[in-house]
Amino acid sequence: MGFLRRLFKPGREMSLAPNYILLILLVAFALGPLLVVLFNSVKAPASIGRNPLGFPTEFVWENYPRAWQIGNFATTTRNSLILVVGSVAGVLSLGGMAAYSIARLNLPGGGALMLYFLVGSSLPVQLFLVPLFFLWRQLGLVNNLFGLIIIYIAVNSPFAIFLLRSYLVGLPPDFEDAARVDGANEWQVFTRVILPLSWPAFLTVGLVVSLSVWNEFLLATVFLTEQRLFTVVTSYYNFTSRFSRDWALTSAAAVMMIVPILVVFLSLQRRFIAGLTQGGVKG
Amino acid sequence: MANTASVGKTPLTTRGVQPVGRRSWARSYRRVVIPWLFVLPIMLINVLVVIGPSLSAFYYSLTQWSGVGPARFIGLENFRNILFHDMAYRRAFLNNLLWLSFFLTVPFIVSLFAAGMLARIRRGSMFFRTALFIPYVLPAVITASIWRNLLSPTLGIGPLLASWGIPGLDRAYLGQPETALLAIAFVDNWHFWGFLMVLFLAAMQNIPPELYEAARIDGATRWQEFRHVTLPGIRPTIVFMLLMVAIWSFLVFDYVWILTQGGPAGASDVLGTLVYKQAFNRFEAGYASAIGLTMSFFAGLIIAIFLYLRRRGWEI
Repeated sequence: MGFLRRLFKPGREMSLAPNYILLILLVAFALGPLLVVLFNSVKAPASIGRNPLGFPTEFVWENYPRAWQIGNFATTTRNSLILVVGSVAGVLSLGGMAAYSIARLNLPGGGALMLYFLVGSSLPVQLFLVPLFFLWRQLGLVNNLFGLIIIYIAVNSPFAIFLLRSYLVGLPPDFEDAARVDGANEWQVFTRVILPLSWPAFLTVGLVVSLSVWNEFLLATVFLTEQRLFTVVTSYYNFTSRFSRDWALTSAAAVMMIVPILVVFLSLQRRFIAGLTQGGVKG
Repeated sequence: MANTASVGKTPLTTRGVQPVGRRSWARSYRRVVIPWLFVLPIMLINVLVVIGPSLSAFYYSLTQWSGVGPARFIGLENFRNILFHDMAYRRAFLNNLLWLSFFLTVPFIVSLFAAGMLARIRRGSMFFRTALFIPYVLPAVITASIWRNLLSPTLGIGPLLASWGIPGLDRAYLGQPETALLAIAFVDNWHFWGFLMVLFLAAMQNIPPELYEAARIDGATRWQEFRHVTLPGIRPTIVFMLLMVAIWSFLVFDYVWILTQGGPAGASDVLGTLVYKQAFNRFEAGYASAIGLTMSFFAGLIIAIFLYLRRRGWEI
């Protein structure tokens, strides 16, 4: 209680008490709903009607394996992971190459290219969604994880190029020049000098792209319509409409989706917050 | 996206000494071809996915097209329909405006207020920042399903309040035409405002502390400090986010689709859900392209208004 006493101690600290009280209320608003889901995930389905929001009176852990099974989490997690890994690998390698060329190789027309990516990245998905879908169907890329990965790479790479470019511009040129004097070609400079030097920026971009691909809904709904290809997110969407009455089951499934995101977010939160706020991406 | 990045020529890097007398094609190979080879893959993908289909959307918006087979050219018929006949479009557009006015006010007031509170404290400020940011990293399907339960007329917060003696709030917020869209906006905002708050907080921490000291010496109250030091200090961030949120307001899809699919009976339809329904439920791909084009037009209009006001000398 030392904390509370200090909080209400007269003087400067005293004047901050209202701040703490209001912030705690806001935290309750932000995290309270997550607590309710956690509670409901271990209730017996029948008892939720009597006690829909409160602390559980009994703990029914079987909700979890049941939700894992019915929600087909083994398959959907695999699909989502393939999409994340493929998109992140594509964005980091292809976007990284482009950023390197613009920042360090003095690409002729680099300014125009940046403008092109700026315009391209501000085009709304809804503008190109419909023609893209019918183009992808002709190419056999609908209901194809690889087809969706290509779209995610295209949609996420402008942000990656902007962020990586601004990082690479600030690197001292000494290491590169040394490597070039030693006879390295540009590709070797990129993979052996630039990548090891700039991993923090690549990690930030990788995290932001992972989160946006993992959480993505519209494109995944449109381009993956077969159940065996559902992602964690689109499968949960179908799951909740099928089992909308079974709150225990949908809550357990929700907790299984929230926990991995929270673990990754909390362990790397500074980098996450920096990347997300620089990207200005609305989720 | 990535608006913080500046566009422009990058500074020249120092190069190794060029051997004198190299043939010129070798030099242009090093200076032009190799740099372009590095950007070529991502450019091809971008053209294939974003720019190409965006341009073809212009053409398809002038056609009647089911998505399969040839498109029949019908000129401006789709746009005439949108302008004069399509009541669903009109309602969806008005819903986008309602969405716009909600998101230009509520999240900004809440997050400015919270960031102002948070900027003053030291102890625990990291905890509050992280905790308030958490809803932003959750997928929309999760946020939506949590709040669908909490807003339920039989088992949610409303009936709980009723059992505590606060009646009248146990309504089907998502199921009634009058409240559906506002309920969706509320849920989206629960997820979104923490993001705004973190942006504002970062901007507030860049305000020079001397300004606050000066205000304090002048005997300013906290509100006066907030009004005359904090708000002007972060105005560029606020204005920029107002612009972005206004653009996003015309593109909203996820939360509306997940929570109500535009229902009940189209009451919460927005332009984004209309595009989806026209293209993938009614197979009117030409008409859907036309609606998508108008959405981009409104987003572009917001930018144009912004630039116009700035040119007129508004300090935004």
